[in-house]
Amino acid sequence: MPLKASDDNPEKTRRFREAALPYLDDAYTLARYLLRDATDAEDAVQECYLRAFKHFDSYRGPAMKPWLFAILRNVCRAEYARRATTPTSPIEDVVETAEQAPLWHEAQETPEAQLVRARDSDAIRNMIAALTEPFRETFVLREIQNLSYREIADVAAVPVGTVMSRLARARAMLRSAWLAEQEQPK
Amino acid sequence: MTCDEAELLLQALIDGELDAGHARDVENHVAGCAHCTAMLRDYRQMSQAIAQAGAQYKAPLELRKRIENALPQPRAVPNRRAVLRGFAMGSAVSALAATGLVAIVLRHDDMERIQSEVVSAHLRSLQAGHLTDVISTDQHTVKPWFNGRLDVSPPVIDLTAQGFTLIGGRLDYVDARAIGAVVYRRRQHVINLFVSQTASTERRAAKIETIQGFNIRHWSDRGLNYWAVSDLATDELADFGEKFESAMRSGTAG
Repeated sequence: MPLKASDDNPEKTRRFREAALPYLDDAYTLARYLLRDATDAEDAVQECYLRAFKHFDSYRGPAMKPWLFAILRNVCRAEYARRATTPTSPIEDVVETAEQAPLWHEAQETPEAQLVRARDSDAIRNMIAALTEPFRETFVLREIQNLSYREIADVAAVPVGTVMSRLARARAMLRSAWLAEQEQPK
Repeated sequence: MTCDEAELLLQALIDGELDAGHARDVENHVAGCAHCTAMLRDYRQMSQAIAQAGAQYKAPLELRKRIENALPQPRAVPNRRAVLRGFAMGSAVSALAATGLVAIVLRHDDMERIQSEVVSAHLRSLQAGHLTDVISTDQHTVKPWFNGRLDVSPPVIDLTAQGFTLIGGRLDYVDARAIGAVVYRRRQHVINLFVSQTASTERRAAKIETIQGFNIRHWSDRGLNYWAVSDLATDELADFGEKFESAMRSGTAG
């Protein structure tokens, strides 16, 4: 038995894989919605897992999923910061044409502006992706990732009341887009 | 209660975060307010549509590999797990095994771990949109689809006549390796048949175990490991396995 857990401890690697890898799809989903770019999402998730592994020795809870999400969210915020200072690499996203807007705060296209006709999963993903931050993040954590208000508050580092008001706003925006879409002739 | 207050509490009501007292207050308000009634109805419909459409994404296999590779690799001690990982070592190892030079016996805990990974893979597959990468009831479509995607070619057998409908195939990930999954349906129940290479060519008789409420029938034959996972009752899953094995013997694999 090794006296202290180190990075090349195979037991640590095994425990980490078993605890964290089952959430890979969830982490990727969150990164896709936060970054709205498949390649950036992959990079962010990889970075998240490497950071998580590094800090795994000190992990004592909460549940694995919100713990990973909190790390992932920080990685994504760093990516936002990078994009904001690199105006030559705007995100490429079919959903929205927001140019070099500071993404964490505002995307330019509102869900209301979306003319989404087919209500398949792409249409729904696009409607969610068109929500502005921080409402999108809150909505995805709740509606797609199934986190509790407490967990969302911890991940986003805001009070539970803020989680509720953001959800209310997110759902109201989505509902407008939703109703607009339903009025479209098929 | 005003509509603004109700709108905020409505969120918690939908999300099941409201205590009974407040839930009643909100419901009372909603009952007497057309505006909030419509809002609640739309929100519920939206939630339902999102759940049905499957707004999740599936992580690319490539990303999984990148992360696995970035994690410290277990030292190259010739333990049995490393041998198991040698799914890919293919014919050289198989040949060794055939000459009896290497006896492969999975350690019990490795077996358990793999079984539970297989169950996780089964669960993941049940999420909307994750079940199949190739959708076809034709074994001659599903079988070639795996070519070039795996270092093993999973047998694909049409068991429709026997009551198990072939619905497609999928790449999955178990024990840090890509693995083939052939998907069948029996009534409303999904059966994932995971197939991986094993260095042992010895036939191992089927064993049924239950993990997290799912039944797993595991057997080995002709250098392949099989795990059939489903929420089907054990007798029906056993029936599936037997039909599959007997079709294999009579050589009807596509």
